Amino acid sequence: MKILVLVKHVPDTETKVKLAGGGKSLDDSEFKYMVNPYDEFAIEEAVRTQEKQGGESVVVSLGPTRVQEAMRKAMAMGIDRGVWINSEGHTGELDSFSVASALAKVVAEEKPDVVFLGQKAIDDDAAHVGPMVAELCSMPHIQVVTKIEWQNGGQNARVEREVEGGMIEVYDVSAPMVLGAHKSLNEPRFPPLPGIMKAKKKPLAEKKLSEVLSGQPLVTVRAFALPADKAPGKVFKGEPLPDMVKKVVGLLRSEAKVI
Amino acid sequence: MKILVYAEVRNGKLKSTAGELLTEARKLTAGKTENIHAVLLGDGCAAHAKTLATFGAGKVFVVETAETNTYQCEPHIQTVSQLIAAQSYNLVMGAASPTGRDFFPRLAARHKSAILTDVIAVSLDGEKVVARRPMYAGKCIAEVCSQTPLTFVTVRPNVIPAEVQNAAAEAAVEKFAPNFNASAIKAKIAEVRKGKSEKPDLTEASLIISGGRAMGNADNFKILHDLADVVGATVGASRAAVDSGYAPHDMQVGQTGKTVNPNLYMAFGISGSIQHLAGMRTSKVIVAVNTDPDAPIFQKADYGIVADLFQAVPLFKDELKKITEH
Repeated sequence: MKILVLVKHVPDTETKVKLAGGGKSLDDSEFKYMVNPYDEFAIEEAVRTQEKQGGESVVVSLGPTRVQEAMRKAMAMGIDRGVWINSEGHTGELDSFSVASALAKVVAEEKPDVVFLGQKAIDDDAAHVGPMVAELCSMPHIQVVTKIEWQNGGQNARVEREVEGGMIEVYDVSAPMVLGAHKSLNEPRFPPLPGIMKAKKKPLAEKKLSEVLSGQPLVTVRAFALPADKAPGKVFKGEPLPDMVKKVVGLLRSEAKVI
Repeated sequence: MKILVYAEVRNGKLKSTAGELLTEARKLTAGKTENIHAVLLGDGCAAHAKTLATFGAGKVFVVETAETNTYQCEPHIQTVSQLIAAQSYNLVMGAASPTGRDFFPRLAARHKSAILTDVIAVSLDGEKVVARRPMYAGKCIAEVCSQTPLTFVTVRPNVIPAEVQNAAAEAAVEKFAPNFNASAIKAKIAEVRKGKSEKPDLTEASLIISGGRAMGNADNFKILHDLADVVGATVGASRAAVDSGYAPHDMQVGQTGKTVNPNLYMAFGISGSIQHLAGMRTSKVIVAVNTDPDAPIFQKADYGIVADLFQAVPLFKDELKKITEH
């Protein structure tokens, strides 16, 4: 099978968001980046699929120079090679459709049997790119994937997706397909030391974003704001616990009116 | 402004988000309900047309076909696309539910049109659709603007209060039979397995009771489920509790789990890491119980108690039971 995995480099979960330019943009000067957590499940699944089904695996990422770190991590976990869409120096807005269009061009060139990615990225929380790449490449997509059973040497798969309240939708899907990995799909491995050494020498092809970018953004961001800080609440301590619980439940009813 | 609202039906039940979306649509059309259409898909969905009319749907399309009786992405997209072609909508709205978030991005891509996802407010700036949406799990709010004549929007559940416009309204119902391109349906639903509980998903729940690392083990979550049952709440967990194996992944609240927006969020034994706070900070009322008076969760809590959760949970259960039994 030919297996492709899309990886995004995102600010880590402990990042504090600050505004810049009076809310026109975000101050990213102190951002530390990590592989999007859901993409780690996608990388792991790509590696496991290759281990079982054979074939080749490719990691594709769009971003400035730093995203090579994310790609090398994927290679250290076992991915064979990379295609980097270099956005260094790009100043225009990149909405999810622009990103999906650029990635879809690489997908169309590579002709994989399956494209893995995380079910969403934890920075913009949009979960757009998977379904959009699938649409642009005329592939089916399944999002929030928790289980995959390959059939007929990878021509088909039975795929489970988690919806609300733990409900599971089970699909029969024909390849090529796009699968958005959820947490419970697998447990990502730590890159082994020999893997990290090998990854440094694995091929990483570069494309300029301008070669694969088409058209204007369909969505623009006008401004950012920070959520309003709440007024300090009432914290009870040192009184008998039954009294404190009674007070809080009373306030939930009389003051907050939520029960 | 002509709007189509996708009114979601799951297991024959109309989701409460339909009323929320129609209320917002009325605001955007300045009350011109003739410009608000709704579409219902799924087995027995026609029964819900009247409810949609009471919230202001001027016309309700009812689609009852084998392909759409159970949710499948591609048939849903083909159906809505054919309605868009026939009716020339400017705006198509749905809920940012697992279903809406599955097919709206792809639907928007098919129309090369803007999609604004998981928004908490929609407005018009001239002809342009503008929305506010949380990013970084709520650490900031972006104001996003559609640049296309047709815009798709998914609205976060439980943010906009649903208001009935006219309880006596009768629905103008039209059956709609899409022409499906069967060769494009490459993912077919084989089975839907019920979840462990009948309670709403965390993302749609109006009451959430959450436990953290201090729960100590998986069995102890039973006391939270018992408390939750008293008020019909959904149970959540912090990343620390999930990573320790005390709770399954689908219960995780936070930046790497679910972003939630209930009326009441009760956090037991959760210290309040930045990524957890991001995922629940828009809860309308937050209650925190923790033994550590310096726990960051108390900064965000409306009401806090410095105490051991194992002593507090049964007391909360008794107090809440008294209220619900009245």
